[in-house]
Amino acid sequence: MSDIATITAAPIGSFTAEVFAAHLASLGDAPAWWLERKRAAYATFASLPLPTRTNEGWRFSNLSGLQLAGFKVERVDPNGQLLASPFGPAQLNFINNTTVGDGAGARAELAARGVLVTTLSAALQSHPDLIREHFMAQPQKLGSEKFAALHAAFVSDGAFIYVPRGVEVPAPIVITHAASGSGTAVFPHTLVIAEENSKATVVDHFVSVSDIPHSALRTPQFACGANDLYAGHGAQLTYLAAQNWSRDTLSFQFNSTVVRRDARVQSLNLHLGGRQARHESHSQLQAPGAFSEMLALTVADGEQEFDQRTLQIHQAPNTKSDLLYKNALRDRTRTIFSGLIVVDSDAQKTDAYQSNRNLMLSDDAEASSLPGLEIQANDVRCTHGATSSRLDPGQEFYLQSRGIPKAAADELLTFGFFEEVLSRLASEPLHDALHQLIKTKFKQ
Amino acid sequence: MPPTDTLSLPAADTAMANPVAGIDQSSGNFSYPQNYEFDAGTGLSENTVRYISEVKKEAPWILEFRLNALKKFLAMPMPTHWATKDLENINFDKIRYYLSQGQKPKRTWDEVPDDIKKTFERLGIPEQERKFLSGVEAQFDSEAAYSNIKDLVAKQGVIFANSTEALREHPEIFRKFFGKVIPTGDNKFSALNSAVFSGGSFIYVPKGVKVAQPLQAYFRINAENFGQFERTLIIADEGSEVVYMEGCTAPKFSTSTLHSAVVELVALKGAKIQYITVQNWANNVFNLVTKRGVAHEEAEIKWIDCNIGSRLTMKYPGVVLKGRKARGEVLSIALANDGQHQDTGAKMIHAADETTSNIVAKSISVGQGRSTYRGIVHIPRHLKGCRNNTECDALLINTNSRTDTYPAITVRGDRNATQHEASVSKVNEEMIFYMQSRGLTEGQAMSLAVNGFINDLARQFPMEYSVELKRLIDLEMEGSVG
Repeated sequence: MSDIATITAAPIGSFTAEVFAAHLASLGDAPAWWLERKRAAYATFASLPLPTRTNEGWRFSNLSGLQLAGFKVERVDPNGQLLASPFGPAQLNFINNTTVGDGAGARAELAARGVLVTTLSAALQSHPDLIREHFMAQPQKLGSEKFAALHAAFVSDGAFIYVPRGVEVPAPIVITHAASGSGTAVFPHTLVIAEENSKATVVDHFVSVSDIPHSALRTPQFACGANDLYAGHGAQLTYLAAQNWSRDTLSFQFNSTVVRRDARVQSLNLHLGGRQARHESHSQLQAPGAFSEMLALTVADGEQEFDQRTLQIHQAPNTKSDLLYKNALRDRTRTIFSGLIVVDSDAQKTDAYQSNRNLMLSDDAEASSLPGLEIQANDVRCTHGATSSRLDPGQEFYLQSRGIPKAAADELLTFGFFEEVLSRLASEPLHDALHQLIKTKFKQ
Repeated sequence: MPPTDTLSLPAADTAMANPVAGIDQSSGNFSYPQNYEFDAGTGLSENTVRYISEVKKEAPWILEFRLNALKKFLAMPMPTHWATKDLENINFDKIRYYLSQGQKPKRTWDEVPDDIKKTFERLGIPEQERKFLSGVEAQFDSEAAYSNIKDLVAKQGVIFANSTEALREHPEIFRKFFGKVIPTGDNKFSALNSAVFSGGSFIYVPKGVKVAQPLQAYFRINAENFGQFERTLIIADEGSEVVYMEGCTAPKFSTSTLHSAVVELVALKGAKIQYITVQNWANNVFNLVTKRGVAHEEAEIKWIDCNIGSRLTMKYPGVVLKGRKARGEVLSIALANDGQHQDTGAKMIHAADETTSNIVAKSISVGQGRSTYRGIVHIPRHLKGCRNNTECDALLINTNSRTDTYPAITVRGDRNATQHEASVSKVNEEMIFYMQSRGLTEGQAMSLAVNGFINDLARQFPMEYSVELKRLIDLEMEGSVG
């Protein structure tokens, strides 16, 4: 009885015990340990309170926007249409947590080289040990324990990507995660394991679809996704996430990156959609030579709020991290960047950088920056910078003096602002696809 | 050499062993007969507050102010959701909240530990002051100097008094601003101060008066300036200028383990206030201070804040930029040695157009010392032409030294600009090697490098302060290498 009392004490919104039981029942032949894990996650979710004002991890966030009521965990797709991905044909397509369509041809080609691109539900049967080892294995440290537990409780499917030792995959592996229908709750997951000296690029594309034409942007939805990236010794992993949920979506994304000896992970998150979108990213540099490059671009308009929290954890000597988060704020938007570089006492020779740049494009926008450092080793080079300002009037004037109208000049300068992040991508097609997505949003 | 806050030599309070870093807090333990004739006893209650107010013969409104503050203090939680848990080690029941004038504890010169005498020697502190600073003499014969400066500035119409005197004799000037810059309930420790404050300086500078010489709390040592709960209020009327110095580079061996001051500055239109602090308490002291100024149109407030001593200092001088073109500045140096946590920073609240602020913070962590920078820069909506520049640099000397940086910057609108930069580094090995190759010892080389690190800030200090600061750093750096 006391369990029920504690469970009902914390707000759970639409994600009731009945809904959870129905979700478990829908999973079919999932292994017992997986179900057990999900039950534990649900208990955690249900017992934790919502964040409050005194919670440092939620400083400046709009707490009243974190309503969990009014959503349904839908596994059917009322729409059925597959969207063409701007990143080329997708190997895996999910709509409302269910795999649809056919990327089998492309997957078979990769499978011949030992590269597995499959669903999480299939991998639970074929590679349970890898999932046990890597699925949400790292602690959540940035304030969203409750919502990460919600994800672990309700995740029903996702992408599982395994690149074996020494294999290089030249073309990007593209996954589309779509949410369809009003009030739908989705729990997308992508798990990437890049073994020793392998090389791969993975793209997650998150998008809302609607059966009513032109209304996809205005569909209230709930998205609570996570990804686990593991780069073994000497592996090189590029991860791209383009978040383009509807403008009425409450979105959470949790990232955990583990970088082993001499491995390199480059991640780039593009944030376009959502009413209120929170992104938490943990990079753990666990062995000498590890390098994590963390990039993000946010284009905010209307009344969107983007809340980004990051951790760069240096756990071993001679590791490097480089973070660049850029936000462009229009209209009445709000952005929050809170980053922390943590250098453990034995992580000497750490080289860590953290930079947050906010471009203020409106007099009603608000940007908050909390760039933090916690350093316990002395032989380090750690710097951070944060700026907030408008476009440079001198540059505007120069372009105008060359006959370019002000509106066009501002657009050029704004895209110049984004280019600093986009140009870090080695792949030109991916660069262009992201550029196009940003442009589409700007024209809306 | 001026006084107030103080250096990190081992001093002690056996009742409050410092769990940090396994430092022997019992070394240099002072003991002396405690013959308080007129004190408020230990612990804090309404009676304590009434007693203090009665001894000071205060007006009823002040008593009411104190009692209201006490309620707030008791109701407010410790801010440990963001601050260090070390605060929980403060035992409020064991603290003496008020000792009346002239009832300071005494000890003999022979009881003063040798290392402290040596420190005085090294800093070149005059004999007379040494006795006062080490607690041998409760009174320091600076009456002549104090009355001189007081008479001198009085000719210009400047009021320079302690809090009790000022509130009694000039309520028409001070009441209007007292407790307005820092409301009683601003934080738990400002509430505590408001309940039990005594000592400190109240200064009023009339319109257009430029006070030529810096006013120093040092001149008023015998007027209970070293109180645990100082209250300072400086009002610079339109177009006036004043520099105030608080503290002393020499170590101050306090008999109390909690010091909680409130300092309020008001710079009216076009006025300039510069407030200089050198804090060097013994390292068993919790130093929890609230400092804030309001700068009106075209006024300027500059805090120069140097923290070397104490066990835990929490202090974030702030400026509320209330009038157009007001300017705020915080220059801060913190040095944290074994067993110390310097949790310092700055707050800049922009509340008018074209206001500018600048924060430069440098910290040095030695041994297992920990230094923390916390900052707030806030530019709310619909202001234009506001600018902030923040630079935080941390230097880590030993492998187990620690530093943290937690700034928060909020900017609204596209007509303002902020920039923040921070860096953490260690002393350049090549630099040390070069200096050693020229015959300096490693310690000397390290001292020189550290002095170089803070040089551009130290230069802004008055001459005698920066000279003493250099000597202090030399002392602190001893034994940190090799």
